[in-house]
Amino acid sequence: MKYVLEVAQTVFALALAPLVVGFVRWLKARLQNRRGAPPWQPYFELVKLFGKEMVVSKEASWLFRCAPYIVFVSTLAVTFLVPFLFAPLPFDGVGDLLAVVYLLLLGTFFLALVGLDPGTAFGGMGSSREMTVAAIAEPTIALAIFSLALGAGSTNLGRIVTQTLGNPAAAISPGHVLAFAALFIVALAETGRLPVDNPATHLELTMIHEAMILEYSGRYLALIEWSASLKFMIFLSLLANLFVPWGVATDFTPVALAVAVIALLLKLVLLGFFIAVLETRVAKLRLFRVPELLGVSFVLALLAVTSSFLLR
Amino acid sequence: MKTLFLAMFIAYGLGAFAALVGGRKSFGRWLVALGAVLGAGAGLALGATVIATGIPFTLFFPELLPLGGGLALRLDALGAFFLVVIGVGAIPAALYGAGYTAAYKDGRASLPLLGAMFNLFLLTMSLVTLADNVLTFLLMWEGMSLTSYFLVMTEAGEERTRNAGLWYIGMTHAGLGMLLAAFLLLAGGAGSGAFADLRASAASLTSGARDAVFVLAFLGFGSKAGIVPLHVWLPRAHPAAPSHVSALMSGVMIKMGIYGFLRVALDLMGGGPAWWGGLVLGVGVASALLGVLYALMEHDLKRLLAYHSVENVGIILIGIGTGLMFHRYGLMPLAALGFIGALYHVLNHATFKGLLFLGAGSVLHATHTRNMEEMGGLIKRMPWTALFFLIGAAAISALPPLNGFVSEWLIFQSLLGGVSIPVPEVVVLMPVAVGLLALTSGLAAACFVKAFGITFLALPRSPEAAHAHESPFSMRLGMALLALACVGLGVAPFAVVPVLGTILAGLGGLPDTRAEFTMNVFLQTPSAFGQMSPTLMALGLLLLLGLVPSVLWLLRLNRQRRLSDSWGCGRVGQTARMEYTATAFAEPLKRVFAEIYRPMKELTVDFHPESKYFVQSIEYRSEITPWFDQALYRPFLQSATFVAQQVRRLQAGSLHLYLLYIAIVLILLLIVARWL
Repeated sequence: MKYVLEVAQTVFALALAPLVVGFVRWLKARLQNRRGAPPWQPYFELVKLFGKEMVVSKEASWLFRCAPYIVFVSTLAVTFLVPFLFAPLPFDGVGDLLAVVYLLLLGTFFLALVGLDPGTAFGGMGSSREMTVAAIAEPTIALAIFSLALGAGSTNLGRIVTQTLGNPAAAISPGHVLAFAALFIVALAETGRLPVDNPATHLELTMIHEAMILEYSGRYLALIEWSASLKFMIFLSLLANLFVPWGVATDFTPVALAVAVIALLLKLVLLGFFIAVLETRVAKLRLFRVPELLGVSFVLALLAVTSSFLLR
Repeated sequence: MKTLFLAMFIAYGLGAFAALVGGRKSFGRWLVALGAVLGAGAGLALGATVIATGIPFTLFFPELLPLGGGLALRLDALGAFFLVVIGVGAIPAALYGAGYTAAYKDGRASLPLLGAMFNLFLLTMSLVTLADNVLTFLLMWEGMSLTSYFLVMTEAGEERTRNAGLWYIGMTHAGLGMLLAAFLLLAGGAGSGAFADLRASAASLTSGARDAVFVLAFLGFGSKAGIVPLHVWLPRAHPAAPSHVSALMSGVMIKMGIYGFLRVALDLMGGGPAWWGGLVLGVGVASALLGVLYALMEHDLKRLLAYHSVENVGIILIGIGTGLMFHRYGLMPLAALGFIGALYHVLNHATFKGLLFLGAGSVLHATHTRNMEEMGGLIKRMPWTALFFLIGAAAISALPPLNGFVSEWLIFQSLLGGVSIPVPEVVVLMPVAVGLLALTSGLAAACFVKAFGITFLALPRSPEAAHAHESPFSMRLGMALLALACVGLGVAPFAVVPVLGTILAGLGGLPDTRAEFTMNVFLQTPSAFGQMSPTLMALGLLLLLGLVPSVLWLLRLNRQRRLSDSWGCGRVGQTARMEYTATAFAEPLKRVFAEIYRPMKELTVDFHPESKYFVQSIEYRSEITPWFDQALYRPFLQSATFVAQQVRRLQAGSLHLYLLYIAIVLILLLIVARWL
């Protein structure tokens, strides 16, 4: 039963992910006085891409054809570890937060490699920048994990959720709040949102993620786009459920699960709204200002760890 | 066990003999490899037997070296582990060498010398792990250093190689000097050179003497292991050696520094004050970060890998440093976790760094260049090498489910456990170490995207790369074995970690970890701080990797594929000159860490004499000189050269002058003797 629910949760996340991206896009359009495409537009795009033929560069190797699957599968594997709806998951012991981070890095690694594969300047530029941002974001993630683990006494996501549920005061401790802020900045960088990367552009010398996947089309592009939206949803859900775990089901009664679904949707709407407002208000940073932003997040995370240690 | 030991000894000996007799012929080269493979296999079996039975193997020849207390050999579990590491690294390297050395038939190097030194190097290195008194240890240590020096000097015809050899021999002897001092201090207190006596008497030394021994041993063994700033010989010597030797030096020999340090600090002295651990941790973090930062800026494939060895030794030392700290505060399960992580990383690094050096050797073999900017497109011309190199690159970047991830996870967990230390001043160091270790692993991933992407992907950047060919079977076999080890050690830590626990049990009072925390299919840290299972993770990934394409296939989606040009912004006719280069790839990180690199930039623009709107040529040069070269070694080398030049005046080459010197000295001595 537990395992069936776990798989159902993954399917739920997989199905919901494009909607989350579409919702943020739609909200952004509304905030900018545009009509915008409906929130469910990404589904049409996926269907369209899956139906198209794939155009592959003559220069590309077998890696180019394998990478979309590796990227998709590594992201999908993470959804088995993240408590979207209930905690602790039956697969909780298979991987902790560190494993989640490194599984996502696995996808980034292969995406950056295939950016170089067709031998265009755009792809190389994208992968160089993506790896730069990923490398500098890494310390913040590790420290945010440290801070969370310090409070919960474990790096496993299930324990973190249940521990915070059992001790509500911990959620408003300075360490928790600072770690949330740090991880929020990193989530923007890792999922290619403003002010680090612009998800809405295709022909700009400043793009990062879109430059890497420029050579992809058809089914490959569909897989990559889907895993990108899944990654976005994973980061939002981590922010929502690790720091504000209320609503996450701890038993498997239908009522609890229904509450969990509604709570998750509410939290995603709230976070999505926040990101849409942010993306409307701020401009993209110059690439060489990005390290400063990530430096800020690192300091926040360091403060988070120190304060949660001192106030323990 | 004695049979295995003798088999190891004889196989290496015969391998060396075969090299001297018939090393030039193809048959002789295979005999050299066979000797090394059999010797390493016997060593591996010997090590495994000692670990499995728990009974140390001893052999004592009092009549040899009677002044130093006899030639004493004793293999305990710790030594046996390192003997196994030697076997794991040496068997594939020797197989690979059988094919690789064929290129030396052109007379660039002496094949008999190379083959003989290769076997003797493996033999002396194996005996280091067996040594049981000071003299035996130092003899074997020096034997290992000298034989590896000859291996580095294989291509002695090149200026760069001779320079590298000079650096190596200089650094290794500076290290030996410190080791001599450390052992003299230790043995002085014991009155004997046997390790058992040193162990018994180490506690009775004054704390000042213990600290001195520790610092000297750390520096001495550190110079072999390649800690910053004593690592300067690594990026010079490792690329100069033939690639299968580089694999052994980088993957295995530098671990002997770790072995020696563990032997002295943990086993003989039984740990010490907290600052010992703190120093090791700090140096480990610095080595890890600086190693990977300089690796990023390197475009010579083998130098890049050598800098990564500095990084990985740093990671190992982070594990040992935290272990020593926990040991001091009596947190034994956590201490064991740190040491287990470090030992696991020792084994892992031997596999993936060996694999990467062998891969780099294949590339060098095929393109005759080590410069990444002249490579590209090799994945199509050397598919096997590319696949193996990719596995190694993913493993060293700590990507699951490969082996680098498991050991880094263990080290991360031991650092996170640092909050249990009762002293707040120490605990605040832990988050910094966690952050910098995470930065290191992120940068390593970036560096290996560069190394693999620029070398193997896209279009070839030179005619040599365009005409590259796949390596012969023996070389691919060597790489395949190590790639399998990378995967195996990654998915089956439940078989490795408990063994590491038993190896450590008893060293410096460490408990048997099997009673303290569980390490079955699920790796679980003490007091259940973290839990994960690389085995199940790998299984899940594999399952999904089969499932996703099958579902897409079942849905009967469009599967048409069309080959076309890469998109060049409307421009047709793509050439390799339009590709991203290694320099360009690393440029953003060079800017971000400009404070550390302090790059030298030089831009010269030639304008047309008539108008400066017409640029005739642009020349751009940028160079990065590591600061420790400038700050630490240059003043020292300059003063040494200065002194040498002053001394040279005495040595004018005239026999008469030398006779005069003798006469003057004689008279002076007579005067002095008269006076006294």
